[in-house]
Amino acid sequence: MIQFENVVKRFRRNQVLKGVDLNIERGHRVALVGSNGAGKTTLIRCLLGEYTCEGRVLVDGLDPRQHRRAVLSKVGFVPQLPPPLKMPVRQLVRFAASLCDADPRRIETVAGRLGLDVENFHGQPFVKLSGGQKQKLLIAIALGRDSELLVLDEPTANLDPGARHIFFQLLAEKKAAAAMLISSHRLDEVASLVNRVIEMDQGSVVLDDRVADLVDLSSHLWCRVTLIQPEAAFAKSIGEWSFHGSDDGLMWEGRVAGPDRLRFLGVLARYAALLAGISMQQTDAPPEVLPDG
Amino acid sequence: MKHLWLNAYADIVESLRARWFLVYTAVFGGLVVVLFAYGLAESRIMGFTGLSRLLLTYIQLTMAILPVFVLVTTVRSVAGDREAGVFEYLLSLPISLFSWYWGKMLGRFLMVFMPVFLAMVGAIAWGVIKGAAVPWTMLIYYTGLLTVLAWCFLGIGMLISTIARTSDVAQGAAFVVWLTLLLFLDLILLGIMIREQLPPETAVAIALANPLQVFRTASMMLFDPQLVLLGPSAYVILDNFGQTGYILYALLYPVFLGTLCAGIGYMIFRRTDLP
Repeated sequence: MIQFENVVKRFRRNQVLKGVDLNIERGHRVALVGSNGAGKTTLIRCLLGEYTCEGRVLVDGLDPRQHRRAVLSKVGFVPQLPPPLKMPVRQLVRFAASLCDADPRRIETVAGRLGLDVENFHGQPFVKLSGGQKQKLLIAIALGRDSELLVLDEPTANLDPGARHIFFQLLAEKKAAAAMLISSHRLDEVASLVNRVIEMDQGSVVLDDRVADLVDLSSHLWCRVTLIQPEAAFAKSIGEWSFHGSDDGLMWEGRVAGPDRLRFLGVLARYAALLAGISMQQTDAPPEVLPDG
Repeated sequence: MKHLWLNAYADIVESLRARWFLVYTAVFGGLVVVLFAYGLAESRIMGFTGLSRLLLTYIQLTMAILPVFVLVTTVRSVAGDREAGVFEYLLSLPISLFSWYWGKMLGRFLMVFMPVFLAMVGAIAWGVIKGAAVPWTMLIYYTGLLTVLAWCFLGIGMLISTIARTSDVAQGAAFVVWLTLLLFLDLILLGIMIREQLPPETAVAIALANPLQVFRTASMMLFDPQLVLLGPSAYVILDNFGQTGYILYALLYPVFLGTLCAGIGYMIFRRTDLP
């Protein structure tokens, strides 16, 4: 679906992409990882036809620069930093839907699933929304239409665990028909979402690897965490995951989205000395009794 | 075309909520209020009184303010949008570059023209309420001049915004362009002509190429048809163009210049990096 053929991008004398060759097919969910300045954003902008470059970038055989409308009508893009648009929320939804020949109600439905009721914010300028709300609306615009290529730059950075779970479900609904390119500084943020990892460093692809595709994007895990003593900082962190604690603050239970397990374990790792036990079980409903870990 | 109008509308909605637009509207609205407050409509100078006198003063002040305002606000907001990531996101949507660029130009034109025009219409409406006669010919002529002046400097602003990669550079360049045009108004031109012993034809050509000077002469022509205030150069204008010819030139040349600049800006825009 996507072909990068010897793509070189220079900014004056600085060569930011150094002959990138890649092929990405439908069904590929690619983590594009690398440190700052690795060339991830430049590669994405070349893919979107926003940058001119040497070599060839093709989406279904079409150059995104020459065939902007044909290519970009297939692309759903979520930027890392939301643009400071002053137009009201509903206006933005209608503007995007109209350009993409999509139904604005479908976008609003997706926003609603993510926990953003467009009706409540319809007259509010986009720039005045919170970081999470902006992210949800941009995701809704990208996913609430027939996009075949999703380009997501740090898409979950501002989402709460509940919204992340819905986001993973939305991706699961698209995973057969679409290719996904998910850019992130850290692999553990997106590892469970993808079946391919591409690492970039100083403008070159240094790793291109398939990974086991075992995590069901729409799954979740019921978890129980027990502590050796109550701790306010831990209670605050786990509270952000919507976990409920016992009266004495020693036992916490809640639900974690399947693809979020690594991130969740990363949070627990910060309190490793406090942990007395962890139980995790993949299930749709809270189990009667969780085995102690 | 649907996308062009859609983008024009989006730009209008964006501008309506922008700070530059509030300041811009306040300046021109405030100008009319001040002119009324100081009783300009009641004064009589060179035979002009009432609304004619007010319009005359308004147009002279507008000539001083409008170009620099249009230039600076255009380059700041367009280049600023690019820096802030607005281009990156909106240009990832399936809109053609033609619809994007010219839609923005069209939306922005309405936003820079309407406050100036509405302030003038507001002044006329107030004058009518007070029982003054409406100088229709003058109103239509000045509306035409304001339209082409706004278009001309908007086109120059779009070209600068396309070339300059940051809003600081764009703002600096816009200011230099405005200052250069200002320096080549007739008095300074006359000074250079005397000092450098330029042929008169060159001086006149420079004056005719300067949209500020063209606007100034054209606005002068209505109350001074023989261009007595201009001195000997009036002969060149009146001999070569005639009064009607020059009025037509004053209406067409800025449109041509603005469209040319915006067109060059578009050619550069579609060939270079967008965000």
